[in-house]
Amino acid sequence: MDLAIEWDQVHALLGENGAGKTTLMNVAYGLVRPDSGTILVDGNPVVIHGPQDAIRLGIGMVHQHFMLIPPLTVAENVILGHETVRAGGFVDQRAAEREVRDLSQRYGLEVDPRARIEGLPVGIQQRVEILKSLYRGARILILDEPTAVLTPQEVIGLFGILRNLAGEGSAIVFITHKLGEVMEVADTITVMRRGKVEATTRPSETNPAGLARLMVGRPVLLRVDKAPARPQRPVLELDHLVVHDDRRRVAVDGVALSVHAGEIVGIAGVEGNGQNELAEAIAGLRPDRGGRVLLDGQDVTRATTRHVLHGGLGFIPADRHRMGLVLEHSVSDNLVLSTFDRAPFARWIIRRFEAVLEYAQRLIKQFDIRAESPSQPAGSLSGGNQQKVVAARELGRQPRALLASQPTRGLDVGSIEFIHRQIVDQRDAGLAVLLISSELDEILSLADRVAVMYRGRIVAILEGDAIDRERIGLLMAGAA
Amino acid sequence: MTWRRLFRPAAVALAAQPILSIVCGFAVAGLAVLASGADPVQAFSALFQGAFTNPRAFTETMIATLPYIFLGLAVALGFKAGLFNIGAEGQFYLGAVFGVFIGYSVQGLPGIVHVPLALLAGMLGGFLWAAIPGIIKARTGAHEVIITIMLNYVAFQLTDFLINNRGPLADKTSSAPRTPFIQHAAQLPILIPGTRLHAGLFVALVAIPVVWFLLSRTTVGFQIRTVGLNPSAARAAGISVGWTLVITMGISGALAGLAGADEVLGVSHFMPPSFSTGYGFDSIAVALLAKSNPWAILPAAFLFGAMRNGATFMQLQTQVSADLISIVQATVIIFIAAPAIIRWIFRLRHTPAAPVQLAKTDGGATI
Repeated sequence: MDLAIEWDQVHALLGENGAGKTTLMNVAYGLVRPDSGTILVDGNPVVIHGPQDAIRLGIGMVHQHFMLIPPLTVAENVILGHETVRAGGFVDQRAAEREVRDLSQRYGLEVDPRARIEGLPVGIQQRVEILKSLYRGARILILDEPTAVLTPQEVIGLFGILRNLAGEGSAIVFITHKLGEVMEVADTITVMRRGKVEATTRPSETNPAGLARLMVGRPVLLRVDKAPARPQRPVLELDHLVVHDDRRRVAVDGVALSVHAGEIVGIAGVEGNGQNELAEAIAGLRPDRGGRVLLDGQDVTRATTRHVLHGGLGFIPADRHRMGLVLEHSVSDNLVLSTFDRAPFARWIIRRFEAVLEYAQRLIKQFDIRAESPSQPAGSLSGGNQQKVVAARELGRQPRALLASQPTRGLDVGSIEFIHRQIVDQRDAGLAVLLISSELDEILSLADRVAVMYRGRIVAILEGDAIDRERIGLLMAGAA
Repeated sequence: MTWRRLFRPAAVALAAQPILSIVCGFAVAGLAVLASGADPVQAFSALFQGAFTNPRAFTETMIATLPYIFLGLAVALGFKAGLFNIGAEGQFYLGAVFGVFIGYSVQGLPGIVHVPLALLAGMLGGFLWAAIPGIIKARTGAHEVIITIMLNYVAFQLTDFLINNRGPLADKTSSAPRTPFIQHAAQLPILIPGTRLHAGLFVALVAIPVVWFLLSRTTVGFQIRTVGLNPSAARAAGISVGWTLVITMGISGALAGLAGADEVLGVSHFMPPSFSTGYGFDSIAVALLAKSNPWAILPAAFLFGAMRNGATFMQLQTQVSADLISIVQATVIIFIAAPAIIRWIFRLRHTPAAPVQLAKTDGGATI
């Protein structure tokens, strides 16, 4: 494939997960060796053997997961590996702080060089990552999905910085799968699909629907069609729930919320504001909790996960590789992961494979799971199909409530559409859905009511016309 | 399992690595023999002679294989749940203690009842001894490697206390510290007159399919494997990880205990102090060599049994120390644990098989 990045521009690389965006940029940063082809910088062919070469050529990369050392200060992190050393082997802290301050003023990246990383919000940590690249002389800056962890307001701030940097003569490569952001910030857009460039265009020459079609290869519904909710009796009730995190700090602080049959309640919030702990507490995975959880009127606050699941909760965990699936097990074994020891899948302690297989084949068909066979390891499926396995398992048990945590993270558009459709259909059939997502678009398109979570608390519950992107954004950032 | 299945390309590829590791193990040991000034060809042919070349040698190899089968299964079962049971040696002791006690103290039973009863007692001893670390791990998260190692020492001292001259299980009529002889009815019958090969062979040959069945066909086995592969997903699916760990340790200990009882009832007929000479520890290597596959335990145990049995003869014949087999065992394990080396030496194509994982803690760290 060919790709040309120009100076003074923000160049967006748009594509679904697995389209090859990140691989391509890892080649440019020297983390992956190309099989063939050449890389040119300013017209000169270059060979990049590793990040050191890339840095020397002025290529900087901001990874999806930050490479910062939390107990060190901003200045220390920025200069790490490129310290100015005074006589006697001491690091010149003052000079470092001064340099970092100069840099941050020059590019409008407001940061206190003396602040410790661990105390900073994610948006500021990202600025530190950008500063780090600039400090090392980067003129070509690659950002891999930089908005995934930011609030809408932080995203606006980031876009300002990117425009600034491009204005100063840098080249920015912005890797994303979000259409709206591309339209907003990019000068040039390259759409990738299955490792190939589908098109290179400009925001003025296209629109989101056109981009989506290029990305997926077919027309895509950007909105989920759904009728207004008809909520009935409450099924899942949280009564001043308090949950502690692994370090025994309060992560969920007195959450009160009820989810009715036939409605989708969305929990919006920046990741790390207690959503994971909340989900795990409801599913019985965090014993260290106060308050009450009622499932279908029954108190399940102290119940085991097994009890909660068999009591009628479907649970789609946030991390499907770690918690949703056993990748080495077959698709069919994963489909009965929580029911393998019940009839008809077992008689006494003997597993009944015919029953498992029959059930698996039914779910594979119903949920359109693209697997060669039910005995294929789940790990060999694509991400979208893996998540369909989790959804099929949980919805296939016909639960009364569904707790879905980041149900479409990292999935292709087709799978997202499918899973959203399933959730809405099940809602219409009377399922109570609690949807936790840090993708605001997902919340906005699915939820009938939106609860905004900030630092462990529900700071607002919005309904109907009050559901407004900007308002939610402010609430997510704690300003309201 | 049919022959055709056994020789599928995938099965051959799976077996290639352990076999090549054994070859490398012997090669390295051969270099050690060479370095000590002896002839490796002579040493290894003496090892082979001592293990196989006459009926008596062969049956002695079989006898040495039996504990390796039980103990190898015990350790392999633990691996399946992500548990590293280093305590097989101690559980082996406890099984022997329970087995010998039922063997000598109960009187008047016919053999058909007495033998199974004593074997079951041995399993109970191992089960209880192994359940302790299982419970401690499930309750407190303490690492089973540490607890099982420590409990080995407790087991050694406990048996010493029980069978020394004034111990509660000691034979008061004997000047040597040991237990009384078991009842004749409790002895495992000899299969071939004139040899020591006993009916424990059948018990071992039944244990292999039983463990295979448990792991691959029952809900308990599925639970064990699920917890071993991904404890977080197991927990999120409602499987009680703690209970699974306890039950796995218990079954693993029961198998180790069965080895102890089998040894007492079949070979020694009484229990001396320092009863075992490292069977439980060697069995970790047996399980690794078999990649925790119950069927593969049989050849792996047989190899270790043959080496153990042949080593003495080799030492007598060639003056090469019997400890040579420890070098073979150790290097085999190194090559098993580092598949990249074997692939590099033999230019094998890389099949993305999972590396040998000794133990997986909840945090996903490997040892």
